[in-house]
Amino acid sequence: MNFPILSTLIFLPLLSSFFIFLTKDKSNNYSSIYISLFSSIATFLLSLFLWYSLDSSTSEFQFVEEQKWISNFIKFKLGIDGISILFIVLTTFITPICIVSCVNSVKTRVKEFLIAILILETFMIGVFCSLDLVIFYLFFEAGLIPMFLIIGVWGGQRRVYSAFKFFLFTLLGSVLMLVAIIFIYWLTGTTDITEIYKIKIPREYQNILWLAFLSSFAVKMPMWPVHTWLPDAHVEAPTAGSVILAAILLKMAGYGFLRFSIPMFPIASEFFTPLIYTLSIIAIIYTSLVALMQDDMKKLIAYSSVAHMGYVTLGIFTFTKQGIEGSIYQMISHGLISAALFLCVGVLYDRLHSRMINTYGGLVNYLPKYSFLFLIFALAALGLPGTSGFLGEFLILTGTFQKSYLAAMLATFGVVLGAAYMLWLTKRIIFGVTKNSEIKNLKDINKSETIILITLAFFIIFFGFYPVPLMETFDVSVNTLIYNYELELNGK
Amino acid sequence: MVFNLKIIFPEIFLTLSIFTILMVGVFVKKSFNLIFNLSSLIIILTIGIILSRPNFEEKIFLDSFVRDAFSNYFKILILVASLFVLNSSKNFIVDNKLDKFEYPIIILLSILGMFFMVSANDLILFYLGLELQSLSLYILASIDRDNLRSTESGIKYFVLSALSSGLLLYGCSLLYGFTGSTNFDLIANQLNKDNTGAVFAMVFILVGLAFKVSAVPFHMWTPDVYEGAPTSITSYFAVVPKVAGLALLIKFMFVPFANIMLEWQTIIIFISIASMILGAVAAMVQKNIKRLLAYSSIGHIGYALAGVATGVISGYESSIIYISIYVIMNIGAFSCLYMLKKDGQYKENISDLSGISKKHPLLAISFLIILFSLAGVPPLGGFFAKFYVFVAVLEQKMYALAIIGLLTTVMSAFYYLKIIKTIYFDDNFISYEPAKNKIAQVSIFLSCGILITFFLYPSILNIVVNSLFIN
Repeated sequence: MNFPILSTLIFLPLLSSFFIFLTKDKSNNYSSIYISLFSSIATFLLSLFLWYSLDSSTSEFQFVEEQKWISNFIKFKLGIDGISILFIVLTTFITPICIVSCVNSVKTRVKEFLIAILILETFMIGVFCSLDLVIFYLFFEAGLIPMFLIIGVWGGQRRVYSAFKFFLFTLLGSVLMLVAIIFIYWLTGTTDITEIYKIKIPREYQNILWLAFLSSFAVKMPMWPVHTWLPDAHVEAPTAGSVILAAILLKMAGYGFLRFSIPMFPIASEFFTPLIYTLSIIAIIYTSLVALMQDDMKKLIAYSSVAHMGYVTLGIFTFTKQGIEGSIYQMISHGLISAALFLCVGVLYDRLHSRMINTYGGLVNYLPKYSFLFLIFALAALGLPGTSGFLGEFLILTGTFQKSYLAAMLATFGVVLGAAYMLWLTKRIIFGVTKNSEIKNLKDINKSETIILITLAFFIIFFGFYPVPLMETFDVSVNTLIYNYELELNGK
Repeated sequence: MVFNLKIIFPEIFLTLSIFTILMVGVFVKKSFNLIFNLSSLIIILTIGIILSRPNFEEKIFLDSFVRDAFSNYFKILILVASLFVLNSSKNFIVDNKLDKFEYPIIILLSILGMFFMVSANDLILFYLGLELQSLSLYILASIDRDNLRSTESGIKYFVLSALSSGLLLYGCSLLYGFTGSTNFDLIANQLNKDNTGAVFAMVFILVGLAFKVSAVPFHMWTPDVYEGAPTSITSYFAVVPKVAGLALLIKFMFVPFANIMLEWQTIIIFISIASMILGAVAAMVQKNIKRLLAYSSIGHIGYALAGVATGVISGYESSIIYISIYVIMNIGAFSCLYMLKKDGQYKENISDLSGISKKHPLLAISFLIILFSLAGVPPLGGFFAKFYVFVAVLEQKMYALAIIGLLTTVMSAFYYLKIIKTIYFDDNFISYEPAKNKIAQVSIFLSCGILITFFLYPSILNIVVNSLFIN
């Protein structure tokens, strides 16, 4: 038995949150900040080591751990492949950033906040590592508890409403998935997904099961029309909460489609492709238009997230190499970009306590460093070539053109709308006339903010020019996914 | 005829101990503390006796009393639950001047009644056990006799419970009339679905049992009694009689009514769904925690009954696991209420929890864990309880039951979240007296510890429960 490196990765943040729980600093919380920072960076390094030692020339699950869990039937099974490792690294990369950012933005109950973030990290890594449906569900749902508290305790004015909406929407979506999981268990005798891939679920059950999984993933993604919880949750959540929500929690659903829906129910996935296309296109166009009309920066970025996730679902369900690889790329890049944008909004909010666009204007004269970075992120969000945002959208659209001209054309129209709302936002905040006299007294970003924003900007541009490290990692896994999918479709 | 009395040694021990401490109570002045500690000792000794005896199936008194793994499991559960409920509420009892020496003795008597309930293999013995339990509970509900609410709840409980006992007894006599026997095994052999009279009897008995476990539509007494009775009694009501009632229900379905499963299954499914829905909906508007927990317990009984409704052993097992975890959660939840003491008064409104996360972070986080567990959110213990039930339900292809059950889970999550919201999100900080109640703290700690760590080894209960139905 090898060293259980995945379990270590999962439970390291949990363990350190326990240590933070035991610390007893009254006023400054330095020891808890240092412990959490140290442990989250250690987790990040560990995940980098995993990425480095992962053999990307095979699509087999690696670092597999198996443990008897529930009555010999359900195993505690973990393992990663080329797709999941990237999400794990994204998670462990974003978490230290959130911890650094909360030093500036969270003023009350810092210790509890750090504990919640670290526990959330444990659950998020767990989602991407699990190779068993029940374990997956466990981690998937468990993340609701810390996120509910993050929104509710540290959130803004309407935090209670948003936290409840977030929790109940997601829970409602997921319970049907639980029914489906138990049903699969009785159908196949196992919940181990590597076994289920081999056994193959009978055709007649696929549609209904696929829909049950969709109900959960669609809420989490979020897809139109069940996206309404997202703007509320984003607006009210503290900066670090928004960052995690946008960067990682939304990716769970995309990952879920790739890991569960498509390989387990290929026939149903094919059958429901038009539905997904329709919903994705509506999401892209409609939420982009809604984003145009927002007065609230966070709400605008939240709606843009919905639109970007629309591209992801569109790309995944093209079942082409370009489409799926583009979707994965888009998810990683959106993880970085949306995190950066929410952090930027957080920077302003910490200073002026307003998220309204009309509070700001002409920032470029007073906050030059900030404005420069904001511009990079805004351009990345609209998919400027040379940023990671471009590659994802480009690949997705290439993939979509192979399947449906109409969908591709409408989606391309969404790119234009995306440019419109992002540029308009930039114009209204960064450029233009300074109407608010308080802006003149604002300080530019401090050291810690500079470090995290520059790091993010670096990776956004780096992956915009040099996508190879990411592409190489998931290439074989995606190929296998598509190969198995086509085999299944043509075989029957 | 020589009986092997060793089989009922725990019951004999309990009976003699009760009489002994009753004498002590009569002759020693101010004896509450002594009696209380003796009662705890008796409970611990009884646990020891049961554990030290073999638990293979043996019957005595013309097969009317059975001792097997099933009854022993429930006896242990009842005893352990009573031990924690009793001890964690001691400060409450003293503070509210309920420290009469009869208090622990009546609890012990009700435990004795439950022992006969879970061990009964005969209609008469079962009814006697049930009545011993119920009579003790009537007294307990109105033990705070100078308090209007307590006496009112006692009377309410007595009137309604007597009615249900009457129905139960009528059912028993019908059953005897149509099968010619009072013995469960013989009844089981005689029963079949053509025996319409017996089916009638089954309905009456089910009504009585549903009343005892407070399942909808026979739940009306629960909120009033829970709210009116002193909290220490409420916590006992919420935990221990439920366990015994469910044990009895499972026993009835498993032994005498096994052959008319299709007839009772529909009824149980209805009761289960109705309880889940009512528990979820009615709890949403409650302002009093005890009343809320009453509705929540109705909902939880609905889930446990969903396991019973499957009519197969794996379903009964899942509902036994459910009730066991329910006991752990409720002991924790009620122990939290003993911490809310201010100016000599115990608070019981949800608004009184406002902002305790600031002043009492440990209590708040414990309450949080217990509430999320009650809501059935993974990875806490309450999730696994629901998970096992729905695994069993779906195995029997009862999709509607499973989906309704899971939807009500979402609905019930709402009111648990409401309490959490009061604890964590509200800004109105209330501070309570520092806790002196060590045993309640231990109960909370144990309860949370079990609920959190349950996911490490979730099959621990399965292993025990799987052995209950082997013989």
